Amino acid sequence: MLTALLVMTGIAIVLGAALGYASIRFKVEGNPLVEKIDAILPQTQCGQCGYPGCKPYAEAISNGEADINQCPPGGEEGIRKLADLLGREFKPLSEEHGEEKPKSVARIDEQLCIGCTLCIQACPVDAIVGAAKHMHTVVPALCTGCELCVAPCPVDCIAMTPLPETLETWKWKYPVFDLRSAA
Amino acid sequence: MSSYIFVVIGAVLVNNVVFVRILGLCPFMGVSKKLETAIGMGAATTFVLTLGSGTSYLIDHYLLQPYDLAYLRTLSFIVVIAAIVQLTELVIQKTSPLLHQVLGIYLPLITTNCAVLGVPLLSVALDYNLLESLLFGFGSSIGFTLALILFAGIRERLDGADVPAPFKGTAIAMITAGFMSLAFMGFAGLDRFQ
Repeated sequence: MLTALLVMTGIAIVLGAALGYASIRFKVEGNPLVEKIDAILPQTQCGQCGYPGCKPYAEAISNGEADINQCPPGGEEGIRKLADLLGREFKPLSEEHGEEKPKSVARIDEQLCIGCTLCIQACPVDAIVGAAKHMHTVVPALCTGCELCVAPCPVDCIAMTPLPETLETWKWKYPVFDLRSAA
Repeated sequence: MSSYIFVVIGAVLVNNVVFVRILGLCPFMGVSKKLETAIGMGAATTFVLTLGSGTSYLIDHYLLQPYDLAYLRTLSFIVVIAAIVQLTELVIQKTSPLLHQVLGIYLPLITTNCAVLGVPLLSVALDYNLLESLLFGFGSSIGFTLALILFAGIRERLDGADVPAPFKGTAIAMITAGFMSLAFMGFAGLDRFQ
């Protein structure tokens, strides 16, 4: 009985110690900064920043390859938050990457759609449903407003419609304080 | 030498863990919907099972048997295997992120796979030595991988097949598994050829 207890305790202690040691010795430093930056980015996956998506842009920012003012959908507010997080100076949105627009979703004019599926292939978030030679439509709840589907459409039947501020879409504005030095 | 070869052949084909011993059926049914996941699961199991049967042999031979504690086998094997899986996961994550990405979620899942406990217990019951235990663990997991991959291939085709409504989904998968099990009975006796 006693040996059984001793043996099991021994096994448990040895294994526990080995695991504890390994978890310190083989600790993997993930990059928490990338996650934080990614959380601020608007996740439109539009690619206007010059990177294939929001996550790659976040990685580029944290590596110092990209500046913080390349995200038009995030707008001024996004840049301000990035500047806060990274302790950098705020700078206005760089013009070569586009301008800030009101939040909008794509809308397909279903009278004109020829069912070519080109917009479906362009959509980074799979928000367009439809099949070849059948009418397509946008699922507004999934659309991020990235405008990537507008250019490929051969009959120009996709338009960006701004989202009106309704009870469903309204969100609390982030508080903005003007900090003035006391001098 | 030939006895070692027969241990492997026996474990892979004749006493296939899934089809003949009917062990590890949950991953067999759960992860065999796609070929890629089946391969990932198979690779992870091979890794863990080989390592697990080796260490279980050492624990049994040097710790349990000298103190007459054979009744603690199940308990101690589970503890040791679980710890080893965690340990290998940590090491792999550090040393080879690519392998960690491939094995990924499957590694911790395997801890509670009954085949992983069953094979070390069987190798103790069969009185194998260390090398034989290792080979038996390796062969069994190769057999498991084989079963998983074969079955995943069949299931991918079943998805597109015209199956009568009452048999759709898991029902036809169960029936297929039964037939495959019957087919593997054809290997019986292969490891006794001397």
